[in-house]
Amino acid sequence: MLTFTIRRLVLSIPTLLFIALVIFLLLKLAPGDPTAQLPLTIPPEVKAKIREALGFDQPLYIQFLKWLRQVFWVEPRVLIDYLTNTSTLFGWLPDTDFYTPCGALAEGVCDQRVVSWSVARGAPVMDIIVQRLPQTLWVVGMAYVVGVLIAIPIGIYSAYRQYSVFDQAGTFITMIGFSIPPFFTGPLLIVIFSVQLGWFPFIYDTTHKVTDWDSFIYQLRQMIMPVMVLALQVTAQISRFMRSAMLDNLNQDYVRTARAKGLGEAVVVMVHVLRNSMIPVVTVIALLVPGIFGGAIITEVVFSVNGIGQLLITALFANDMPMVMTITFIFALLIVLFNLIADILYGVLDPRVRYD
Amino acid sequence: MTDPANTPLNALEEPEITRPPRSQWRDVWDQFSHHKGALMGGGFLVFITLAVMFGDFFWQVDPKKLDIRAKDFRPIYTVLWNSDAKVGWAHPLGSDNLGRDHLAQILAGGRTSMAVGWAAMILTMLIGTTIGVLAGFFKKIDGPLMRLTDLFLSLPILPLMLVAVTLFRQPLRAQFGVETGMFILIVGVIGVTSWMQTARIVRGDILALKEREFVLAARASGTTSRGIIFRHLLPNVLSPIMVSATLGLATAIITESSLSFLGVGFPSDFPTWGKMLADAVPRMQEFPERVMLPGVAISLTVLSVNYLGDGLRDALDPRIRGR
Repeated sequence: MLTFTIRRLVLSIPTLLFIALVIFLLLKLAPGDPTAQLPLTIPPEVKAKIREALGFDQPLYIQFLKWLRQVFWVEPRVLIDYLTNTSTLFGWLPDTDFYTPCGALAEGVCDQRVVSWSVARGAPVMDIIVQRLPQTLWVVGMAYVVGVLIAIPIGIYSAYRQYSVFDQAGTFITMIGFSIPPFFTGPLLIVIFSVQLGWFPFIYDTTHKVTDWDSFIYQLRQMIMPVMVLALQVTAQISRFMRSAMLDNLNQDYVRTARAKGLGEAVVVMVHVLRNSMIPVVTVIALLVPGIFGGAIITEVVFSVNGIGQLLITALFANDMPMVMTITFIFALLIVLFNLIADILYGVLDPRVRYD
Repeated sequence: MTDPANTPLNALEEPEITRPPRSQWRDVWDQFSHHKGALMGGGFLVFITLAVMFGDFFWQVDPKKLDIRAKDFRPIYTVLWNSDAKVGWAHPLGSDNLGRDHLAQILAGGRTSMAVGWAAMILTMLIGTTIGVLAGFFKKIDGPLMRLTDLFLSLPILPLMLVAVTLFRQPLRAQFGVETGMFILIVGVIGVTSWMQTARIVRGDILALKEREFVLAARASGTTSRGIIFRHLLPNVLSPIMVSATLGLATAIITESSLSFLGVGFPSDFPTWGKMLADAVPRMQEFPERVMLPGVAISLTVLSVNYLGDGLRDALDPRIRGR
């Protein structure tokens, strides 16, 4: 298992490099001048200086290698420094000083971080992403947990009572969850629950701080709608997988054996069948995580959640290419990471699967 | 009750064969017509396709015509609960804040959305089937092609699409005109980023099929690889392709609407369902129907396509058929 994990980890490096190359080339091959958005009053020779400072006069492969160095070498060093110096989790470790900031005082070799062009001019991209990330993670994470918690009981019961009214209704609802896009469920929920009923606020207030019980309730109320929109999609997909996995197992011989030796129905279904059906479902749960981040882009726009999805859209419209590249690469990193987790989980959970 | 021993004899004496032999597609249709959801889905898909194609023969209002005096009409059914509402038969589904007729916009928007959906689906199927067949049939390129598929599967699709559409919008518009350029761009982007599942399915089926005896017989009688692929293999992988085509159509419609909703799709005066929905969101407190109508249109179309795919999957699977 360990050799498999290591081999799989090594294999994911070329994948990441390929994705980085695709993202880089897409942005570089796109026609259009990166300095076109600057004011017209800037004289052309200054513009040429700006282009030079941004590194556009160098050949493509040099630019690519420089970007790779920034993403894989400089940013991790900043992260390690932050972790050991100021964070509460690893603050007890001895302070490190890997990152040498560039500036007037810098001597010798210094580390140039990925810097935003327009959304937050001059600030390191990762600092802004780190500010935005908690909102996205809260909403997406909650939605995922809620979605899975709803989906699994639905899947179990509709498989156990196949073709019953509950099963038919469940299948219909999952079909609807598949078909209604999040940019329609979002406004729909807003019209019903904020406009007509007035239960929930329809703008997610990211400056809100939880200090006491009332503010906690407010936080819950403002999270319910975005979470529900995303959870509907998760529920639709996972309950389908759960149902078919349960159906595959319910007719197996070992289930008959378990019943024949006198085990109660609850034990047979909830212990024997459920544990075997969970193997494919757990991998699917891991595989679907990156997809939900894609849905989060739209949900964040609909509910004005101040997360990285909305940041991506803002950066795209503001022509802030370093920001767009970094966020897209973070999404890619998530996909590769969760594919890896799914593969490893499958091997760990199912003793029949042996990779070596 | 007859004597069971006599039955075979009676059967032999049967004067003629009562039923003609049944073809495969007849069986498929019989199974398909038992699936109520699939029938309704297929019917609705045909209806909506015809409606957006020929709807402007019956409702001859220009969707782009501004009529500022007739702005903010409500749909005609609003009268049922609010007799003071501003309604009129001139605008059965109301008009927007610039007086553009809603029904005409829905028809025109649907035409764009459906055209993008069908074109992107066909492109996806072409790429997916080609790569799947090549990878399954020719052992040499199987490895590289499947690695490529894996790599594409780990790309972050929606962010990349947003980036590609935003960056390549201007040159394509300059090249082919505003609407055609955008159409080519969106169809191309969806096609290039969603062929992977089809390729995997087709490759798996081709791998199994090419070891069968009929392929060996075809090869023994001197058929070229090209002939085997087109004559013997492709007809046999038609059913999985059809099922993934329905899925592809649903995804393409949703993707196009998402792009329009996020504001990177077609230009602002060119209606599509996703764009109408996005434009209506800021004023949805006063005019909820402007969100509902395009949203319901998208959802119903995608729902019907998904049901159609469900029915097709059951009907085309010989293990399920006849049960």
